[in-house]
Amino acid sequence: MSDSIKMTYTVSDTDFTRAGEASSDVKKRLRQMGCDPEVIRKVAIAMYEGEINMVIHANGGEIEVEITPEDITMVLKDKGPGIPDIEKAMQAGYSTAPENVRALGFGAGMGLPNMKKYSDEMNIETTVGVGTTVTMKVHQ
Amino acid sequence: MDNDKTFTNSVHLDPDLCKGCINCIKRCPTQAIRVRNKKACITKEFCIDCGECIRICQNHAKLPTYDSLDVLNNYRYKVALPAPSLYGQFNNLDDTNIVLTALKRMGFDDVYEVGAAAEVVSELSRHYVATHKEQRPFISTACPSITRLIRVRFPNLIEHLLPILPPVEIAAKEAREAAVRKTGLKPEDIGIIFISPCPSKVSAVKSPLGQKESYIDAVCAVKDVYVRLLPLMKEIKEPEDLSMAGRIGIGWGISGGEAGGLLSENYLAADGIENVIKILEDLEDQKFTDLDFIELNACNGGCVGGVLNIENPFLASVKMNHLKKYMPVAKKHIEVTDVITPEEALWTEDVEYVPVYRLGSNMRDSIRMMNEAEKIEEKLPGLDCGACGAPTCHALALDIVKGDAKELDCIHLLREYVHRFSDEMSKA
Repeated sequence: MSDSIKMTYTVSDTDFTRAGEASSDVKKRLRQMGCDPEVIRKVAIAMYEGEINMVIHANGGEIEVEITPEDITMVLKDKGPGIPDIEKAMQAGYSTAPENVRALGFGAGMGLPNMKKYSDEMNIETTVGVGTTVTMKVHQ
Repeated sequence: MDNDKTFTNSVHLDPDLCKGCINCIKRCPTQAIRVRNKKACITKEFCIDCGECIRICQNHAKLPTYDSLDVLNNYRYKVALPAPSLYGQFNNLDDTNIVLTALKRMGFDDVYEVGAAAEVVSELSRHYVATHKEQRPFISTACPSITRLIRVRFPNLIEHLLPILPPVEIAAKEAREAAVRKTGLKPEDIGIIFISPCPSKVSAVKSPLGQKESYIDAVCAVKDVYVRLLPLMKEIKEPEDLSMAGRIGIGWGISGGEAGGLLSENYLAADGIENVIKILEDLEDQKFTDLDFIELNACNGGCVGGVLNIENPFLASVKMNHLKKYMPVAKKHIEVTDVITPEEALWTEDVEYVPVYRLGSNMRDSIRMMNEAEKIEEKLPGLDCGACGAPTCHALALDIVKGDAKELDCIHLLREYVHRFSDEMSKA
């Protein structure tokens, strides 16, 4: 598998100051690969939104990223509360973020909609009380 | 791609003074420096002329490149273009005319304040920002280090760059044409000389972004002019009335001054290259999109923090704030600008992304190299000690993959190797 590179990132539980580190690192690697800037933009935004979601809602988790010449796959796994109503969560502006999070300027209800908007494929597997796995793909 | 012209640097090394220490390689925000053969070498494609290595080098081996005042001898008619931050260098200065008159007594035939052109740029920027809302937030392009950084590292932000020439270029164009009219000399007999707070402008003159050719002939240092001006200023009883810039123009020398000139509160101003990089990273991730304008300066405090200045940037800011307190808001307006039209102040050349960080010539190669680097990095101690000449273990791993370094450049791996070797020898 020399045609792919895999990275694993741990997203900390409630430390906002570290949110965005994983997407920053992926961004840097994509730049080193000579990736198209538009692809870098899409990956960076989709992944950053995902990271923030994991911190706000799910006490952190793990992100696996695989880069191939064809696409970038991001798998965001958490053991959080799960999403009871995906359709509602996908609506722009719908938010369940607590007040203290909104005070920081997060939780505007654009997380999942932006992830969908900036990825070319997105799949959500979620079980209430067990956790959520979001898989996003951006084509090169 | 014409690399020689695309990537010009204004930092050079005095090899006799360089001890090959690791201070500059650790400080460089773009990891452009390596110590090889005990001397610091710059990869010019990565260097943005921010001046950090010049600031940190205790041996004064890292030197800014700029023109000596001898260039005044090359022209029949010389016009000085003083940067606003020049005024921050003097104690108790209450009239910019004293500095401007002293410049004339120093050997210049005329002066044209960059701050005056800055007021024109402020006016043009207000109009441009208001009429191109879809491109918001605009990123200022007056600091050449920032534009160069964005060109190689933030391709998605290029569309946000404010496509207006920096004040010094507008000042230069106007000053030359005014001088030609006044003297009847040929344009090439006139020397347009920028008194600069930073060497980054030297590179910007040699290889400008947004325009084909710079209008400036030479870039001299504030610190060189300062020592010549001081004694002359003391003698001036009745200064000539040469001042052309008001509060807005002078304010450009301090972080927040350019943004303030937009007369809108919806802006952000960040200074210091590390802070700037954080802002650009966040902007790329679309963490904030609601701003009209983002002013970024590579130096702490703005242009007052440039390495060619003398005064501490914070003290210089205090002095400039004091100086501009009783000045009119602005003195120069587009209507009274006799030469340049708003169209002429716009960029004529597009800034294009240059992927200097790319590892391989194609994606497959890059992925292979990155995987190899990963394997090498696992062997390295992860101390980022810099003793190999690279700023981090990660950077060394990439250098090895690129063929620019070898594993035993790492002193920790070398030590292991030597121990293993001597063990084997003693067993034999």
